[in-house]
Amino acid sequence: MSAVVEIPHRPVTAGTTVLRLRPAQGWAPLRLGELWEYRELLYFLVWRDVKVRYKQTALGAAWAILQPLCTMLVFSLFLGRLAKMPSDGIPYPLFTYAALVPWTFFATGLSQASDSLVGNANLVRKVYFPRLAVPIGATLAGIVDLLLATVVLVGMELYYGWALTPRVLWMPLFLLLCLATSLGAGLWLSALNVHFRDVKYVVPFLIQFWMFATPIVYPSSLLPQRWRSVYGLNPMAGVVEGFRWSMLNSHYSPGPVIAGSAAAALVMLVGGLFIFRRMERTFADLV
Amino acid sequence: MSDPAIRVDVLSKRYRIGAAERRHNTLRDLIADAARKPWRSLRGLVHQSGHARRSRKEWVWALKDVSFEVQRGEVVGIVGRNGAGKSTLLKVLTRITEPTEGYGEIHGRVGSLLEVGTGFHPELTGRENIYLNGAILGMKRSEIARKFDEMVAFAEIDRFIDTPVKHYSSGMYLRLAFSVAAHLEPDILLVDEVLAVGDAAFQKKCLGKLGGVASEGRTVLFVSHNLGQLRRLCQRGVLLSQGTCRDVGSIDDVIIAYQKSLVESSPEESDHADGFVSWKILGEGDEEDDESTILRTEGPFTVEFVLKISQPVLSGFFNLVLRSSTGANIAAWRMAGLAAEPGLYRLRCHLGSLPVVPGIYHWFVSLWDAGRKVDVMHLFPELIVATPDHCALQESWAGVVNVPCHFEVVSDAAEKTVVQSGWER
Repeated sequence: MSAVVEIPHRPVTAGTTVLRLRPAQGWAPLRLGELWEYRELLYFLVWRDVKVRYKQTALGAAWAILQPLCTMLVFSLFLGRLAKMPSDGIPYPLFTYAALVPWTFFATGLSQASDSLVGNANLVRKVYFPRLAVPIGATLAGIVDLLLATVVLVGMELYYGWALTPRVLWMPLFLLLCLATSLGAGLWLSALNVHFRDVKYVVPFLIQFWMFATPIVYPSSLLPQRWRSVYGLNPMAGVVEGFRWSMLNSHYSPGPVIAGSAAAALVMLVGGLFIFRRMERTFADLV
Repeated sequence: MSDPAIRVDVLSKRYRIGAAERRHNTLRDLIADAARKPWRSLRGLVHQSGHARRSRKEWVWALKDVSFEVQRGEVVGIVGRNGAGKSTLLKVLTRITEPTEGYGEIHGRVGSLLEVGTGFHPELTGRENIYLNGAILGMKRSEIARKFDEMVAFAEIDRFIDTPVKHYSSGMYLRLAFSVAAHLEPDILLVDEVLAVGDAAFQKKCLGKLGGVASEGRTVLFVSHNLGQLRRLCQRGVLLSQGTCRDVGSIDDVIIAYQKSLVESSPEESDHADGFVSWKILGEGDEEDDESTILRTEGPFTVEFVLKISQPVLSGFFNLVLRSSTGANIAAWRMAGLAAEPGLYRLRCHLGSLPVVPGIYHWFVSLWDAGRKVDVMHLFPELIVATPDHCALQESWAGVVNVPCHFEVVSDAAEKTVVQSGWER
């Protein structure tokens, strides 16, 4: 099958790059260096998604805040007030909103990323560029929303008289973990979506299910101690607990959960990158 | 001395045919198959090399053992019928898709005009789209900024540069898209049938730009059905047929070989043994010149279709449909009672006029003989209507019909025309 012939070396004009086209076999290298060369494209893809997201909506960027805020109101009313869900001594609205900030970023990023290759089909079919830029761009585009929602969180803390501590400096680390989780899952789903459009129908259900497996409406202190590391295998559990720990100064120490989460997120991300690169070669033919 | 820009060695590309799906006879089969299929397809994903084990009938070679070399600075035309593998070849060369077998080598930066306007977003303004599209095509931001004014001037849209492109007319949109792509300045430029863009004047400008690219010593690979353009721009040619490379040589030789392959019934192209070979507008320029597919008159004209018949037609229908570039049917005509012995025919349609808005159209033709399909096809090159445009409105308001009109306002009191405007002849 392999008809790759060794070509005798030919003098090439200095400075020109030689591109070799040949069928790839097995697992492809990640070629993150090439992705770095295309960083401006990545920037423009993110910029486009940010610009276009709330075009022709009456409320515009307010949606970035309204989505987690409204969810918070519903949860506070039904679960906080009526069901009297425990919240580690934190006012329930604050407790659940602090979780919804990274969660909304994760959920939006995941659903945008999983749809990104199919949504950008005409790009993928017509132009060459590192395909990884597409799901990465779709995930990163949620960062603006996330920043806006975080500002509201700080505002809520002021309203409740909840003090920010130096722990807040750890917050970017949990954001990074959140990004890794979102992208890791997004890479798997976007690549699978090219082959099986079923993914489109699975994603909303998956997100809903995942949300209940994450301590958003309830504290993970409800779980027995010995289950917490296992629970942490859901990377979003670590993200949410870490977020609360750094932003709300919660007493609950998220150490074991975060350790499990970081490991799980890393496996998911690296696995996602390789699977994506492996499946990438048929994207243009199938999408 | 050989200084290759592109080298292709027994390159092949195989595609799966979707039509080879199994038939489900019973509901039980359907369910059983659906249950089996996800697993089977998953397995196929992970073991990509497992393809060979499948039935060979499901696969088609879009390219098979294609080998050629293009020297630096050469302009090479690629010809072949629809489905001969031209576009697949360009897709492999631009790395959009990987070859299934073989080897290729490209020296230098590749730019492609495979589809202009790729990645344009309707909600973004012209200015924003220039940056986005430029980045997609591989330009650096500083490079785009440097050429920005030139691109806008070339596209002739300076006034609308900050308008979202969804409000652009299709002509403006294409001009902007082509302009960005044309300023890419790659070492190797791949062009696929894009010169059917805009009105005749803009086409001339594009051709000039391409000629300029070639004279700067860049390498150009040019796919076109327009043999006149190919002759004018290219030195060498590659003839593809059924995915294989049938001929490589001087452009004139290749075009002659191509024309021969269209007329003579070669066994490989038996599915097109019968039917439409080419078309042109009579009296508009020389044979095979670009001009023969451009309509400039608003009055009567004649379109000629070359038709090859190898089985006697007893009671034939000839259907002629004019379609817009969006695929909408604009007009349709039928000729019934066609009878002909095997041979080569020129089917002439005398049209009183064709008052459609200037733009790109194509003929969708079919020939039937008492229920037997002789040939059904979309004819290329496209028909370019370059008549005077009587629509003064922004193009998104323009309709389909282009009819001269003039207005006057008559004052009742003075019983005379007070204002007059529009078409005067």
